[in-house]
Amino acid sequence: MNGAVFLAVYQRDLRLAWRRRTEALLPVAFFLVAASLFPLGVGPDPQVLKQIAPGVVWVCALLAAMLSMPPLYAADHADGSLEQLLLAPGAGVAVAAAKAAGHWTISGAPLVVGAPLLGLLLGLPAEELPVLFVSLLLGTPILSLLGGVGAALTLGLRSAGMLIVLIVLPLAIPALIFGAGAAAAVDAGQSPSPHLSLLGALLIACLVGAPPATAAALRIAVE
Amino acid sequence: MTSAPQTGTPAATPPSPAPLPSLRLVDVACRRGDRILFSGLNETLDRGELLWLRGGNGRGKTSLLRLVAGLSAPEHGQVLWDGVPTRRSEHFDRALVYIAHANALKDDLTATESLAFLARVHERDASAGALRAALARLGLAGRERTPVRSLSQGLRRRVALARLALETGPSLWVLDEPFDALDVAGTATLHALLAAHRARGGSVLLTSHHLHLDAQAASAGFRVLDLDQLPRDGGAAA
Repeated sequence: MNGAVFLAVYQRDLRLAWRRRTEALLPVAFFLVAASLFPLGVGPDPQVLKQIAPGVVWVCALLAAMLSMPPLYAADHADGSLEQLLLAPGAGVAVAAAKAAGHWTISGAPLVVGAPLLGLLLGLPAEELPVLFVSLLLGTPILSLLGGVGAALTLGLRSAGMLIVLIVLPLAIPALIFGAGAAAAVDAGQSPSPHLSLLGALLIACLVGAPPATAAALRIAVE
Repeated sequence: MTSAPQTGTPAATPPSPAPLPSLRLVDVACRRGDRILFSGLNETLDRGELLWLRGGNGRGKTSLLRLVAGLSAPEHGQVLWDGVPTRRSEHFDRALVYIAHANALKDDLTATESLAFLARVHERDASAGALRAALARLGLAGRERTPVRSLSQGLRRRVALARLALETGPSLWVLDEPFDALDVAGTATLHALLAAHRARGGSVLLTSHHLHLDAQAASAGFRVLDLDQLPRDGGAAA
């Protein structure tokens, strides 16, 4: 992987996000608003909210991540930057990894930071909050990496946004199960370690597999 | 398939420790959708040469540039760099400077940031001095910190072309309509860059609809490749 390309793309994406801060914050706003709708929808029963809180937070994080996926490569594709990036020496995997890292930093990390606050609002016990935090810390990069594959596969297609969701959501189900299950395990008096370990294994698999798959899809998209 | 004018070599080429290899197109055919745009293309571009691609709209000029750059694969035949298919060559991507019709600039970055990004990605000199000099060469002195969104189309084209001013060694320039949106001064600057590049042993493949190249082709030693003369769907030339 070309480290110079990775760094250049990552830094550029952060700079662009900083200059469009309002746009970058939209997924986080969606995350907070969507999760805060659940008490209104399912009722204010603290026991019910406490029980569904990890799942609600995880589903909202998943949907928020998907919301920010369609523009991931679309802008670079439209203005010719993507072609230039793919022509750089050994750049395909570096570009895919940098875009996923940038997406996580801009969209995923704020969700991780905001999740314990949402957990508190939904009545999650204090001992489950660190587990929810760690599960999202491991899980949101998975969503960014899988979303990158979906965004690359649907690049240039009409209805790309919906297609990304349809492609990525099934692939993200294991992360959702283990992520939400970690906090639920604490609630049941069990150790969250197995869930977190499996989440870690999923992250490693995505780190290894997603960037090359994304790079291959990008090459097909520009051809 | 090269047509006149074809004359000599460019100005004296200074000695180079690593001469630029030749680009060879061997029996290349190009497909776009369900149409063969051209076929049977055999051509060689040697160091110091400039090959001007001509042809009507839709004849495959941009498609040929993308084939050469390695962004797409030929329907038939091979594109060779130093005898190796470009997509498998270890050295081709470092020797290539491809400037497409799209400028590859971001509205939210400044001219300097845009050029620095492209220079870093393509492993060229991205020092502040080099960037400033390259932008100044393209007449953008004083606009280094101007956001791209505030620049006119012509000035944006100049920022994209400033990459050429960062080049110091022989390389292969593949340029899609580089004169588009340039004014007289910008056109003259680009001609000067092309001449300097050829003089140091670089080669150029470009497309242009600008008629002023006709007048310059013979005197400057451009070669012309007319895609209208190549067979297309059904094997007939236009």
